Amino acid sequence: MALLEVRDLKTHFTTDDGVVKAVDGVSFSVEKGKTLAIVGESGSGKSVTCLTVMGLNPSRGVEISGEALFNGRDLIKLHGEELRKIRGDEMSMIFQDPMTSLNPVHTIGGQLREAVLVHEKVPKQQANARALEMLKAVGIPRAETRMEDYPHQFSGGMRQRVMIAMALINNPDLLIADEPTTALDVTTQAQIISLMQRLQRDFGSAIILITHDLGVVAETADEVMVMYAGRAVERADYKGLFYEPHHPYTWGLMDSMPTLSGEDTELTPIPGTPPSLLRPPEGCKFNPRCRFVMDICRTEEPELKEVPGSPAHVERCHLDEAVKQAEIERIATERLGAVS
Amino acid sequence: MATNGEPLLVVEDLVKHFPITRGIVFQKEIGRVRAVDGVSFTLEKGQTLGVVGESGCGKSTMARCVMRLLEATSGKITFDGRDITKLSARDLMPVRRELMMVFQDPYASLNPRKRVGFIVAEALEVHKIGTQAEQKRHVQELLEIVGLNPEHYNRFPHEFSGGQRQRIGVARALAVRPKLIVCDEPVSALDVSVQAQILNLLKSLQRDFDLTYIFISHDLNVVRYISDKVAVMYLGKVVETADREQLYQAPKHPYTGALLSAVPMVNPEMARARKTIVLEGDVPNPVNPPAACRFHPRCPRFVDGTCNVEEPQLEAKAPGHLAACHFPLESWPLADLRLPAGQTASS
Repeated sequence: MALLEVRDLKTHFTTDDGVVKAVDGVSFSVEKGKTLAIVGESGSGKSVTCLTVMGLNPSRGVEISGEALFNGRDLIKLHGEELRKIRGDEMSMIFQDPMTSLNPVHTIGGQLREAVLVHEKVPKQQANARALEMLKAVGIPRAETRMEDYPHQFSGGMRQRVMIAMALINNPDLLIADEPTTALDVTTQAQIISLMQRLQRDFGSAIILITHDLGVVAETADEVMVMYAGRAVERADYKGLFYEPHHPYTWGLMDSMPTLSGEDTELTPIPGTPPSLLRPPEGCKFNPRCRFVMDICRTEEPELKEVPGSPAHVERCHLDEAVKQAEIERIATERLGAVS
Repeated sequence: MATNGEPLLVVEDLVKHFPITRGIVFQKEIGRVRAVDGVSFTLEKGQTLGVVGESGCGKSTMARCVMRLLEATSGKITFDGRDITKLSARDLMPVRRELMMVFQDPYASLNPRKRVGFIVAEALEVHKIGTQAEQKRHVQELLEIVGLNPEHYNRFPHEFSGGQRQRIGVARALAVRPKLIVCDEPVSALDVSVQAQILNLLKSLQRDFDLTYIFISHDLNVVRYISDKVAVMYLGKVVETADREQLYQAPKHPYTGALLSAVPMVNPEMARARKTIVLEGDVPNPVNPPAACRFHPRCPRFVDGTCNVEEPQLEAKAPGHLAACHFPLESWPLADLRLPAGQTASS
């Protein structure tokens, strides 16, 4: 059984202007020790999906339905105190901005210690030892002295390491990382990615990685889910997604990414901007920006269906398979470069 | 890209140090942040110079000195045949028309209390170009050029998305028909799809208006897409500069090699097969930069007795390809940046 099984998750926010369907019927699962990447533009619902799973949405003005089975319990049905026991212990989260997600008035050591003491009745010294061990594991030099330092004395990459140490200190089964490297330089990004991969091997945690960088996905993910306007438009293992992408939105993301390896062709951006979730378009939500739009796309929303021949690969598009195959070939030569 | 071979901008040995002082009445200098420490380059008309490097390497400070938004500590900036390093504020006014900037954060760089029409027209007003009616017409033209609806003239910045705001920033920079536009991380705050829209816009404007760009970014993919020449900066110095293809196909400096190898690739099998060179540690503090070669504490090719004793000069390692390294890379791609055995003594 999967570690986390999310079925038909919906998160709807009630606002003065109407209902915002931030997440509208998303299903996915994560296996132990595997990495699921969720990809999409800002406003596609990636973060809200994960915040809902973590139970971190505001309590008022939000309607949540569906199931999120985690270690056999439905997280959606759990209440404050029960969730608090799980969060930071069995599952934890790393946020995008390491500059603002640490408390500036407490020492790094104190914040790490707190993460242990909230969940376990252990002597302070033991908590301290665990904190120190974790700081060493994430590669902070001179960890003993740095325990007494404050967040502002750390660089961005080091703070992200501290966040990872804090998230992993209770050895969680599931780690949700919301754009963990977006604010960092490429060299630091490479350090953090290789650190997360090593820790995943050592601790066997499952990771949900939220990102808009397809490069990071290509390097790390086992499974990929592409989201658009609150829905999954394509879900596959990483090979399926990169070598046989089936949805025009996935193609659009690939075409708009400048790369080092691809041919020197003009980038083809996705025209327009993501739709307002207050008044999403009729039919397929991507139709106003789609190059391949047909009449049926404007009236009827496609179901999430299997790609012929690969049952683990699902997508949501009316296009004919032959058209898709032609695009897949074009992308393989233009965007991916030679397959080694 | 069409160039006519004349240099538009020549920067020679540009230095910008920020003093660190102690005391209120009697200020005493106790150190200096060496943000930019001897940068030279030449930029031809119609070309794009991409500047890459990690945060804190001095890219933005360098650009601000070129724009004369900061006073350089020393060095010389020649723009369009004229030394602008020491020009007074009044003499600088006509030059300012020709030097414009597009900023990183499209949310912070537009005044939220002014209408778009005013934001774009402000430079015209400052330089007293045209009557009010002419300005309005011009602004509406500009909005159309950058792909916005000219009827949105009277809207406020908050009514636009991030990508649209960056278009407003581009229209503002374009208003006085500048020769050089400095783009400081113009797409790093945007989603990939929108990023591509802005990059294509910048490219087509360059063709139509014969613009020259300095394009600052930490994203090597983006720099490859837009630049003709690339300069790699590390701790206030240019460590490598070359034509784009040369730099990406055959980097000479180990720092450039490490940066290139850290860029995520979109082809998962190639990405997983290659070995990433992970640089240890962070960029050192520019108050006390490492002696000799500034990259030596992090360099996989470090040779004791050479790299930490003698500073390498920026010199030609191939025609038109300058790098500052005692032991440049022999070939590319390399799985291991370390020096081949036996190389140390002979070089």
